[in-house]
Amino acid sequence: MTPALAVEGLSVEFRTRSGVVRALDNISFSVGKGETIALVGESGSGKSVTAYAVMGILDPAGRVTAGRAMLGDLDLLAATPAELAQVRGRRIAMIFQNPRTALNPIRPVGRQIADMLIRHGDVPRKAAPAQAVDMLRAVGITDPARRAKAYPFEMSGGMCQRVMIAIALAAKPQLLIADEPTTGLDVTTQAVIMDLVSDLAQELGMATIFITHDLALAGQRSARIVVMHAGHVIENAPTEELLANPRHPYTAELIAATPDSAQNLAALAAIPGSLPDLRRADLPPCRYSERCPRKTAACAQPLPQAAPGTAHSVACWNPLPDRAAIAPEVSAA
Amino acid sequence: MTGLLDIAEVSKRFPVSGGPGLFARLKRRISGGPENLPKVYAVDDVSFVIGKGETVGLVGESGCGKSTLVRALTRLTDVSGSIKLGSRELALKPSRVFARDRDRARIQMVFQDAGDSINPRFTAFAAIADPLRRLRKLRGKALKNRVETVAGQCGLPLQLLSRFPHQLSGGQRARVGIARAIAVEPDLLVLDEPTAALDVSVQVVILQLLQRLKQESGMSYLFVSHDLSVVRLLCDRVLVMYLGKIVESGPAGEVFAHPLHPYTQALVAAVPRLNDGADTRLRLSGEPRSPIDPDPKVCRFYGRCPRGAELCKTSMPALRRFGQREVACHFAEDALPQAKAAS
Repeated sequence: MTPALAVEGLSVEFRTRSGVVRALDNISFSVGKGETIALVGESGSGKSVTAYAVMGILDPAGRVTAGRAMLGDLDLLAATPAELAQVRGRRIAMIFQNPRTALNPIRPVGRQIADMLIRHGDVPRKAAPAQAVDMLRAVGITDPARRAKAYPFEMSGGMCQRVMIAIALAAKPQLLIADEPTTGLDVTTQAVIMDLVSDLAQELGMATIFITHDLALAGQRSARIVVMHAGHVIENAPTEELLANPRHPYTAELIAATPDSAQNLAALAAIPGSLPDLRRADLPPCRYSERCPRKTAACAQPLPQAAPGTAHSVACWNPLPDRAAIAPEVSAA
Repeated sequence: MTGLLDIAEVSKRFPVSGGPGLFARLKRRISGGPENLPKVYAVDDVSFVIGKGETVGLVGESGCGKSTLVRALTRLTDVSGSIKLGSRELALKPSRVFARDRDRARIQMVFQDAGDSINPRFTAFAAIADPLRRLRKLRGKALKNRVETVAGQCGLPLQLLSRFPHQLSGGQRARVGIARAIAVEPDLLVLDEPTAALDVSVQVVILQLLQRLKQESGMSYLFVSHDLSVVRLLCDRVLVMYLGKIVESGPAGEVFAHPLHPYTQALVAAVPRLNDGADTRLRLSGEPRSPIDPDPKVCRFYGRCPRGAELCKTSMPALRRFGQREVACHFAEDALPQAKAAS
């Protein structure tokens, strides 16, 4: 299967007054056509920077230093602004974290959807407003004709997020990047919004990259999870496999720290230490090694690179034992 | 169990614009009649008791009145109804007067975002010392000792005390917020989403800190959160709010295992689970009813409720007691046998 998007060896730096922040270091992952993957990690792990780099909307202080992001035959990182403008909105779309700040506050939401339809959806100017109302109906807004004339401030957070989704999907993109689409929404609304995204993705055969810090939500909504830590991809595996059989020590600790996993508070395990300062010149090859309970002498070498096509890759010299390899013996006995 | 805080029939309504025009209102005011502005029923006739040493969770979606209720019982805002701390009635004192009351120290609060709720011009030391100065009248050496003791209790290294909030990490700021609240040794600590802004790894540490502090001091907690999996771990009892009313309450384990009210059922079903790919797909459709001058005869959940019978349109269900639990739904009995059979 050719992937919808393949990110290879992406590195991003930010120049700041206090030094160069190496925010992403040689990260690779891919998402197949119609597949949903989740990028999971704590704040500062580089999830959003990855999305911004792929979309070509990095802060001016940020610079892509290496890597490719292949959307079909087009390398998004080498594309000219004109090429990117043709791709963004039409072939890739993004749902931003905070719909209230991402929407234009002084333009009615129906107009904002119509703008997108005219610019990227090849819809004639005259037909756009009516089609915008249809889009609002498709994302489950009641009384869409009236709501199309509303401004973002007149709508609830959940409704604004539905509008964002309508805008993102207006041109039927091949790839959707959803950056924490439900952070700040209630769990009941979160469930409805996530249903909507996955239903529409399925309908359009769209690949989805879903960025979240909530491992439980990622587990429920994606086929594959990519775990990030301090600008590295540390583990990449099919969802069920990753949750049942985590190999990287950090992934295991992240699972153990998720409140849902425990029967009582004492059973929840904290992750010792904190993210290393990414401005340091002497960052170890494994950025987790300074917090890691399983550190060995081998950790001073550059991180192991997974062979292309590995289903379950882990960037660790001393990973946890593979439970899948042990399990069959147990069941035989 | 002895009650620590006993609140009864607490209501808070906020007037909103959009009623009769200014002229009509002026005319009414001149003639001495009521202005009749439309009102948001933020908290509507809520009663409950928090026992000594008990941890009570308060859950509900945004806009359901959680924060207003919390501000009412911490006496930051004035409400109608009764708020009793021990045997003393607090609701009669205006909140401004209560700020200098001797019982102010007995109810303390940890605010949602420690980054926003600590004065940016105060160092961590000054932030923790402020309530001690005002409420305990501590000065000099005694003040310094007390601040360092609580900082130690909250796992805040002493060398961080001279830092300003922006020089601290999220977890450290949360610790300052907690240290500030427990410095005056309150009986009741109200926590408004204390871990909402934190990563899971830090959240675990803060939750465990809260549990240890409780065991050491015997404080009661009111824990406000929208994260049900955290409430389940930390709380003995849980109150579920919907549009200003309590719709269900009971022991946390039971409520989450076998919710009786349809809203609680939808809430529990919506929580993503790590090891449970099978999503039950119980979803709420439609928008919540308007909290502005709601019809007292219609159930607040009507319209979003998957049940929604004729009865729900004509009579508002009252909270009814079933053993240790209370539910405000006409059809609570239908869910009851399953809950009984399981427990």
